[in-house]
Amino acid sequence: MEEVRAQVERVLRYPARVWTSPERPVDTLDPARGQHLSTRILRWLLAARPPEADRVVAVTDVDLFIPVLTFVFGEAQLRGSAAVVSTARLRSNPGAPSADPRVVTARVAKECIHELGHTFGLIHCDDPRCVMARSVSVPQVDAKGGALCRDCRIRLEESRREVGGPHG
Amino acid sequence: MDNRKTRILVVDDEEIVRESMAGWLEKDGYTVATAPDGPTAVERLRAEPWSILLVDLKMPGMDGLGVLEEARKLRPDAVVVIMTAYATVDTAVTAMKMGAFDYLVKPFDPEELSLLTQKIVAQQALARENILLRKVLKREYRFRDLLSNSPKMHAVFDLARVAARSHSTILVQGESGTGKELLARAIHVESPRSTGPFVAVSCAALTETLLESELFGHEKGAFTGAVSRRKGKFEAAHGGTLFLDEIGDVSPKLQLDLLRVLEERRFSRVGGTESIQVDVRIIAATNRDLKKALEDGRFREDLYYRLNVIPITLPPLRQRREDLPLLVEHFLEHLGVELGRKLEAVSAEGMRLLTAHDWPGNVRELRNVLERAAVVASGPILDVADLGLLEVHTEERQGSEGLASLEEVERRHIAEVLRRTGGNVSHAARILGIDRVTLYSKIKRYELRKEPESGT
Repeated sequence: MEEVRAQVERVLRYPARVWTSPERPVDTLDPARGQHLSTRILRWLLAARPPEADRVVAVTDVDLFIPVLTFVFGEAQLRGSAAVVSTARLRSNPGAPSADPRVVTARVAKECIHELGHTFGLIHCDDPRCVMARSVSVPQVDAKGGALCRDCRIRLEESRREVGGPHG
Repeated sequence: MDNRKTRILVVDDEEIVRESMAGWLEKDGYTVATAPDGPTAVERLRAEPWSILLVDLKMPGMDGLGVLEEARKLRPDAVVVIMTAYATVDTAVTAMKMGAFDYLVKPFDPEELSLLTQKIVAQQALARENILLRKVLKREYRFRDLLSNSPKMHAVFDLARVAARSHSTILVQGESGTGKELLARAIHVESPRSTGPFVAVSCAALTETLLESELFGHEKGAFTGAVSRRKGKFEAAHGGTLFLDEIGDVSPKLQLDLLRVLEERRFSRVGGTESIQVDVRIIAATNRDLKKALEDGRFREDLYYRLNVIPITLPPLRQRREDLPLLVEHFLEHLGVELGRKLEAVSAEGMRLLTAHDWPGNVRELRNVLERAAVVASGPILDVADLGLLEVHTEERQGSEGLASLEEVERRHIAEVLRRTGGNVSHAARILGIDRVTLYSKIKRYELRKEPESGT
């Protein structure tokens, strides 16, 4: 997790720390699907997060879904303050048992940055190398870079000026 | 990517579905709104334009199919995607037949949703571009309501545009149904007099006395039935354009009266002495060969030269057959709106038939044939059978079965002559060898309505 934290701080230029929640969300599991509803986790997160945090991204090993989709890697509130990322599908390679832990860390970091990017109002980017590029499969996550493209970086700065950054 | 212009409406009775779906789509940059039920969705459809509707099939009250039906009526350009559970795929197929773009079986793969929305957005962008290009193309091919691809017509448009700027009298010659009145109206609209009135008079429809009073007006008691003073068309057209159609049918006495007005720009009402001055631009039209009428002594030479300041001749349709596809497309588009039906095209075989036809009634005849075909056709493609009228003449009958009475033959013959002359009563009367009054009474008796002027 420390590596993920460091990546988030470096790319988003926002101080980040790891927090372990003493509680777990309830009523998020859909027994028929064996998956957890990410939208409910976001609602819980808004109430449970530490008060000093401007943004919070939860990292979980359970598989996530939203009702109409088979799965999601993560979900975030656009221009909100909560996001969630699942490691369930990022831990494996399609057709292979499990991925190199360093590769998994890189994927989790990319998805955390991506979802937090949404909380800053960033939308999916057309640049396939940008971390904000849409990725709905593991190969797509691997294919994109871990940093923001120039346009998204500018948009992020603008958005932080509007809402007020950590020191402003 | 600028997806903000793409407006998506998510219709689902479950709040969690609306919220998560809207959240997912917003991250692609789309403008997203939600509706919890059918009636709310219809309300939003009515209030604003939408690009895509993602509609849940099963909802209490008005279901997804109900929303789809309303959307087809209110926003035919909006793409509707039905979301359904596995158990109701049959209904989803029904939805496709009703005009849904696609359906998604819940839960669907994130990639499937992304690809589908991207596909719709790309198609809509293409459709918009297509409409835009067609508009640009049409602007090049048209002079107001006249449409053409042919160099002959483009020369007419160029001349008409120049003529419109002047105040000179224009003489439009052309067969029935070539669009003489449309050209006159277009010239008026393009002229500095466009804010003034456009007044049209058909010189063939009235008797000499009636036409005289129609043109110049009359004073009270000027003749039996003149119970009050009435202004004529010349006065009505003051400051604008007076369109004198079928000028070749005017009697010698009226020819002289018209000549005086053209020379002096003043006249008196029938039965009056007061001299009235008017500022009127005259556009005269005829389907007759005026030069020949001149030689035969049926038309005054001096009047001919007064009228023939700027002569414009509209070519008959058979001399610009290359315009058929453009005209067919134009009329089908209009007829589709008029009839409230989707009319896509004339079949290839049908087009061959249209191209082979001689079109004595010109564009007006084409429009009439297409209108009839549109009414009888069962689908969006008009086929040979629907255009059947064109092949009627080759029909041969055997035996005594189906033989018509003399009256029936007369009725059919008059209808045919009227059709072939594009509804021009004077022309038809001349062919039939009877006078116009007799023809009018026969038209009334056989209920053969005179076709309205509608050339393009």
